[in-house]
Amino acid sequence: MKTFRLIALATVALASLTATGQARKGVLHINEVMTVNESNFVDDFGGRPAWIELYNSKFAPLEISSVYITTNPDSDPETWYAVPLHDVNTRMPKRQHIVFWADGMPSRGTFHTNFVLKPDQPNDIYLFDSDKKTLIDHVTVPVLEPNTTYARAKDGVTVYDKDGNVDMEATWEIRNDIDEGKYITPSSNNVIEDRNDKVEKFAEKDPHGFGMAGMAMCIVFSALAILCIAFMIINRIGGSITKSNKMKSHGLDVRETPREERPDHDSGEEITAIVMALHEHLNAHDNESHVLTINKVKRAYSPWSSKIYNMRQLPHR
Amino acid sequence: MVLAQNFFMENLNEFWQFTGFANATWQHFVMLAVGLFFIWLAIKKNFEPMLLVPIGFGILIGNIPFNTTAGLEIGIYEEGSVLNILYNGVSAGWYPPLIFLGIGAMTDFSALIANPKLMLIGAAAQFGIFGAYMVALAIGFAPDQAGAIAIIGGADGPTAIFLSSKLAPNLMGAIAVSAYSYMALVPVIQPPIMRLFTTRKERVIKMKPARAVSQNEKIIFPIVGLLLTCFVVPSGLPLLGMLFFGNLLRESGVTTRLAKTASNALTDIVTILLGMTVGASTQATTFLTKETIFIFFLGFMAFIIASSSGVLFVKLFNIFLPKEKKINPLIGNAGVSAVPMSARISNNLGLEYDPSNYLLMHAMGPNVAGVIGSAVAAGVLLGFLA
Repeated sequence: MKTFRLIALATVALASLTATGQARKGVLHINEVMTVNESNFVDDFGGRPAWIELYNSKFAPLEISSVYITTNPDSDPETWYAVPLHDVNTRMPKRQHIVFWADGMPSRGTFHTNFVLKPDQPNDIYLFDSDKKTLIDHVTVPVLEPNTTYARAKDGVTVYDKDGNVDMEATWEIRNDIDEGKYITPSSNNVIEDRNDKVEKFAEKDPHGFGMAGMAMCIVFSALAILCIAFMIINRIGGSITKSNKMKSHGLDVRETPREERPDHDSGEEITAIVMALHEHLNAHDNESHVLTINKVKRAYSPWSSKIYNMRQLPHR
Repeated sequence: MVLAQNFFMENLNEFWQFTGFANATWQHFVMLAVGLFFIWLAIKKNFEPMLLVPIGFGILIGNIPFNTTAGLEIGIYEEGSVLNILYNGVSAGWYPPLIFLGIGAMTDFSALIANPKLMLIGAAAQFGIFGAYMVALAIGFAPDQAGAIAIIGGADGPTAIFLSSKLAPNLMGAIAVSAYSYMALVPVIQPPIMRLFTTRKERVIKMKPARAVSQNEKIIFPIVGLLLTCFVVPSGLPLLGMLFFGNLLRESGVTTRLAKTASNALTDIVTILLGMTVGASTQATTFLTKETIFIFFLGFMAFIIASSSGVLFVKLFNIFLPKEKKINPLIGNAGVSAVPMSARISNNLGLEYDPSNYLLMHAMGPNVAGVIGSAVAAGVLLGFLA
């Protein structure tokens, strides 16, 4: 029993460790970066520093305090920019963005980093978890023209090639705010969705609903057919166990009894009929715990109902 | 004196602007009449009173006219109001899975386990949903709205609310009221369809009694059921997960207290809140529209198609079955998930033609399969259209 408890405890602990270790990896992404900001997004001090946009791809809020951002992972981690604790704004809502200003002035607030981005050479941006070892995300931003960004084509999406390597060309693109669809979108979705594509496609490709009806009915039938087959198998096994138990109780041997002489399954109706017959003829009754039977007793007088006992006694003179 | 008189008149006038009389429109009175009709149906005609009393009274609550611009925080659509907080279970879709937990805890799946092929009848009846989907598209609804409306054909109120809260929240009130109204009217809608599609000879088919099912099989059912159905349709997880969980609580034999709470107290509490808030969500200003009339029409169509397809599927199935294993087509209507109402109708109609032919337990098989089927169908629609 002790060993069993230990195993259960260890399993729970392992599961929770795995859960916390991977809490931010894979869901927090560097989403869009501008290295030279001349006439673009303005910060809360009226300046135009370079900026880095992060994206929470989880369908739940994500706390990013104590995450580290750096451009130099080989330097002392103490010099990396740590997202401060105790700021309500570091809790990212589900599938939303946060912009960090890379202006080298952390005293200006939570979202101002202690480093700047180099305008004339590629910038490597790293995102580390609070343990300073787990790499959450990394991107190498090429040298960009002023007021252009290096952004994911789809928010938080990394495209992999056949060999399982990141396909940089399919994942990242340069946006200049001029070409169709290449909008610069600080603190909002890189792909602006103004409609439900699935619904639009169904409306276009399947206007009468025959396709949907056919596909959906096939899926519903398959789901229940699989369940049906599974239970036919379980039914057969269960049935044969019940039958062999019944034969044993009749003193029959499975190997010696011909198939046609073997007793059939008991149906619920037969069992109910037998139980009812026993109840009727023997007045048999199972022992029910905590059942009180109250029978009415016809008695005119009882001390419980006597008025005389409820009245105050007259004082003795 | 005159100043004081003016002051009181102004206040009285202002008070008048806040009263229901000053804000009432004819739509409010229509909806109040609908609410009273539901209450009458429930109390006098005994049509699904557990549902229609809360919904009917909810309609009265939701249609008391008040000054919506005053920011009184009393309306169901005003953020922070008590009704709005209670309505969150509907709008965020967490009441329906709780109801499914209760359904699972109170349902005996023995009939289905003993005769698993009855599950296919539950699948066939789901054609009501997709038939109605096609009709809804033809009328002009968008695919997501059509999907939300069509789910009424599953005859499952919680599923209808769950799906409409995801696909078409603006139509949810009408869909929910329509689904529950037709569920209450199952005894009126289904028998003529069953008579229409069956012959006298078919109606007296006697089915072999189902074998007794062991407890082990009953325990295995919710586990295997969850794994198989949710691997096919993961989007049905909130409903199917809770349904099978509730059933495991019931059948495991070691969680009787939890099963009792889930099937009694919890279900009762959620039914009260769900019914009342769904009723209150039918505010005249948002409810009385052309779409609502279409939704009620489509709901009716969906019920007819679902009941017919269940009965016709059994007839088709019988062609392939040996004589001694034929299924009485009167249990085909029970493929919709109005548990146990539609199974009771199969039984009553069967007894009408042969007083010794009890179909109740046989009909319970497709009936509970219908619950699973409609949850799977909802998952499919959610997966395709959300």
